[in-house]
Amino acid sequence: MEMKPLTRVILGLVCLLVAIWLVAPTLVVVPMSFNGNKSLAFPPQGFSWQWYQNFLTNPDWSSSFLNSLKVASIVAVLATVLGTLAAFGLDRMKARPANLLRMLMLTPMVVPGVVLAIGIYAVYLDARLVGTLVGFVLAHTILALPFVLIAVSASLEVFDRRLETAAASLGAGALTTFRTVTMPLILPGMLSGLLFAFATSFDEIVVSLFITNPYLKTLPVQIFSSITRDADPTVAAVGTILLCATTILIGGGMLLLGREPKGRQ
Amino acid sequence: MKPERQSKGAAIDLESISKAYGGFKALDGISLRIEPGEFMTLLGPSGSGKTTTLNVVAGFTDVTSGKLVVGGKSVVGVPAHKRNIGVVFQHYALFPHMSVGRNVAYPLTLRGVDQAQRKARVARALDMVKMGDFAHRYPSELSGGQQQRVALARAIVFDPPLLLMDEPLGALDKKLREWLQLEIKRIHRELGTTFVYVTHDQEEALVLSDRIAVFNRGRIEQVGTGRELYDEPKTLFVGRFVGDSTVLRGEARSDGASTALRIAGETVTAPRRIAGEASPVMLLRPEKLAIRRPGQSAVGTTNRLPGTIAEVIYLGSGSKYEVRLADGSTAIVRSPLTGESFGLGETVELCFDGADAKLLADDSTADATLT
Amino acid sequence: MSALEPTTPSAPNRAGWAWRPYALTLPALLLLVAVIGYPLLTIVLRSLSEPQWGVQNYIWFFGAPVNLTVLQRTFVISAWVTVVCAACAYPYAYLMTAVGPRVRLILVLCVLIPFWVSGVVRTLSWVILLQDSGVINSLLRSAGFDGIRLIRTQTGVVIGMAQVLLPFMILPLYSVMKGIDLRLMRAAQSLGARPSRAFFTVYLPLSLPGVYAGAIIVFILALGFYITPALLGGPRSTMLSTLVQTQVLSLLQWGRGGAMGVVLLVTTFVLLALAAPVMRSRYREAERR
Repeated sequence: MEMKPLTRVILGLVCLLVAIWLVAPTLVVVPMSFNGNKSLAFPPQGFSWQWYQNFLTNPDWSSSFLNSLKVASIVAVLATVLGTLAAFGLDRMKARPANLLRMLMLTPMVVPGVVLAIGIYAVYLDARLVGTLVGFVLAHTILALPFVLIAVSASLEVFDRRLETAAASLGAGALTTFRTVTMPLILPGMLSGLLFAFATSFDEIVVSLFITNPYLKTLPVQIFSSITRDADPTVAAVGTILLCATTILIGGGMLLLGREPKGRQ
Repeated sequence: MKPERQSKGAAIDLESISKAYGGFKALDGISLRIEPGEFMTLLGPSGSGKTTTLNVVAGFTDVTSGKLVVGGKSVVGVPAHKRNIGVVFQHYALFPHMSVGRNVAYPLTLRGVDQAQRKARVARALDMVKMGDFAHRYPSELSGGQQQRVALARAIVFDPPLLLMDEPLGALDKKLREWLQLEIKRIHRELGTTFVYVTHDQEEALVLSDRIAVFNRGRIEQVGTGRELYDEPKTLFVGRFVGDSTVLRGEARSDGASTALRIAGETVTAPRRIAGEASPVMLLRPEKLAIRRPGQSAVGTTNRLPGTIAEVIYLGSGSKYEVRLADGSTAIVRSPLTGESFGLGETVELCFDGADAKLLADDSTADATLT
Repeated sequence: MSALEPTTPSAPNRAGWAWRPYALTLPALLLLVAVIGYPLLTIVLRSLSEPQWGVQNYIWFFGAPVNLTVLQRTFVISAWVTVVCAACAYPYAYLMTAVGPRVRLILVLCVLIPFWVSGVVRTLSWVILLQDSGVINSLLRSAGFDGIRLIRTQTGVVIGMAQVLLPFMILPLYSVMKGIDLRLMRAAQSLGARPSRAFFTVYLPLSLPGVYAGAIIVFILALGFYITPALLGGPRSTMLSTLVQTQVLSLLQWGRGGAMGVVLLVTTFVLLALAAPVMRSRYREAERR
């Protein structure tokens, strides 16, 4: 639609402000992470690498980081396998039961975090799963499952099922067909599901706060308790590292997408 | 290398095959024998059961009842991937994530053919469809006709004794289609495999086939060579579906030797009669009809009907006329270039020899699926 | 022509295969029942059985003015967050549809990058920005103004939550807006409508499905927010989630905490159920174009 120049300028300005509001606040952790003082007050005083050093040497931080990596990796694989199986199953069902089951499997996205957290906490107390790797993995997997389901379902929707018929006519059984035809073609969906699952677990905080204990903490839990306990700029250093890692991951992903082999659709 | 192909393909026997979807009978007692090495076309309008029949033979669809024997073995209940039958689909169905070469190698890989042999056979199959230079391309880089040739190579590379083709040229334009028809004919000759070809295009069926099975409403109306279907249609449906035709309807009367139709006050007769109770109609091919100016003498024709020229179509080799008859129906007449020419709206007489008229039972309910 | 002839079926649908899809979903469903279904059931039961069977916890919840204040505040804050998000997202999403692919990519990245950065880290940033010795106050002071109190206020909570939730508003809005045929605006103008009138009578109604969808998502997510209010808020901006946590972890009142949780849960699902048919029909309307 044609806009008056004034409208255009105002619109551009508003959007610029929104974009800044979206991106800029997060960047504030970068200067804070080089703070010379043990304080999160602005502006930072002096310059030092000590908070990065602290992240690497303080066992509280390094172990929680490793725990998060471990949990998130297992969750990513588990959620991708379960989610892909489920998405495939839903794709082959009649519409009515499929819609019902799909809605059921998406509930983890809308159940308020705290409600879910106290429920899982109650059950874990009985089952002695509080502060265990299994406990974290199970809880995070169910939270990550909807993302995998959505991503894989989207690729199944554009997948041409007649290719499976063609594979059968050429001599491929059901499993071979899935391995050689279906899976390679829905792989992008599975990979983005994997990434989402990893990120969901790596970032999960509400349920984790309840099922954690001093023996097993994940990184978000450690960050949270650090913010509430003291003004330790190590959190800013961690934030900066995560920010860089995310940007590199997304940037790399975009580059990869841009360089898809031209034979693919 | 000794050619290891069977000189002939597999024979197929379909015996009273029925397939019902709920209350709807997609196939209603199909029986058909296809000889080894034969090119058989299943022809019919959409919804007539020809594709379902193909799917039954391929193993994509289960039958409700009936027997199906391919190459001497019953294959009812055998899953599609164990039937060793090549299939070419209308939508090509090439795997988009594999190169042309890998697509064609796919069935050989599944059968555990070693790499050296695989390479040779892929090259041979691609050469046969004239796509030898494209092995490293991806399907999305090929045109529709090229993709379909690759699909054909993929379906014949594992030397199946039977090749099924489901409207393989349906998505292509006319020129390409005609050229590929000749290619398919050549490949059939070179392979000696049994081909079963599904189409709704009667011209395509006439070009390609040894024999044609005409399908209508889940049944086979007639099986025969193109010539038999054109010259001796057993039903009005076949007569109208294969080739141009004119159908004359009227009040019928028949004595011992001949049948007469009364059409808008005029009477035409044919020196034959039709068995049974059904009311007869006359079916005439365009080249058996002639047009004359009224009053002109017409040697050798026994019947005349008045009409007017409703449409003139110039064909190059001659002209095609549509003549509107007094009862409102239309007759199609083909006349050679050397003959007289007539103008639009001109009053004429339609002449034909009664012996050329086919007397057929009026199954006009079947007409609904036509046009 | 009859359309009755079945086209090539996608798989050999032989008898005995019908259960397979269900079997494939079984592992996910089992996990769902064990880690979502069973815990939620436990909470419902505890809210009705601790300390004894009955609805005492619900009577307590709706009887105590403190609880009702928090419940009301939760709704008010969520509503504000939704309004702020809608107001910011609408022009932003519109711009995304109006610019070239290069600028659009930048705009999309601006939405997605915060989406991907850890939520805890983003809230930490807001703490640094909003605290009394934070970026905004030090800027204000260096400009000669008095500092203002932002952290531990409702305003601070709304600002922080709205930023975290903004992408959930922008994305559905964008997906609806990019489906709107801009020629309709030209048509309206050719019929004599001023641009502003054409906008309010044509474009706005067509984009409303996106607003509804985004608003429902943002409002529901805001209702259950826990981390941001916990870090940015104070006692006067406590939301329901924090209250639940206090009852269970600090006071060990599982019955009361459970009852609050159930209220939150039921509210969420009632809202979803109310919104679903509206959204579905609106979406369909938008899709028809």
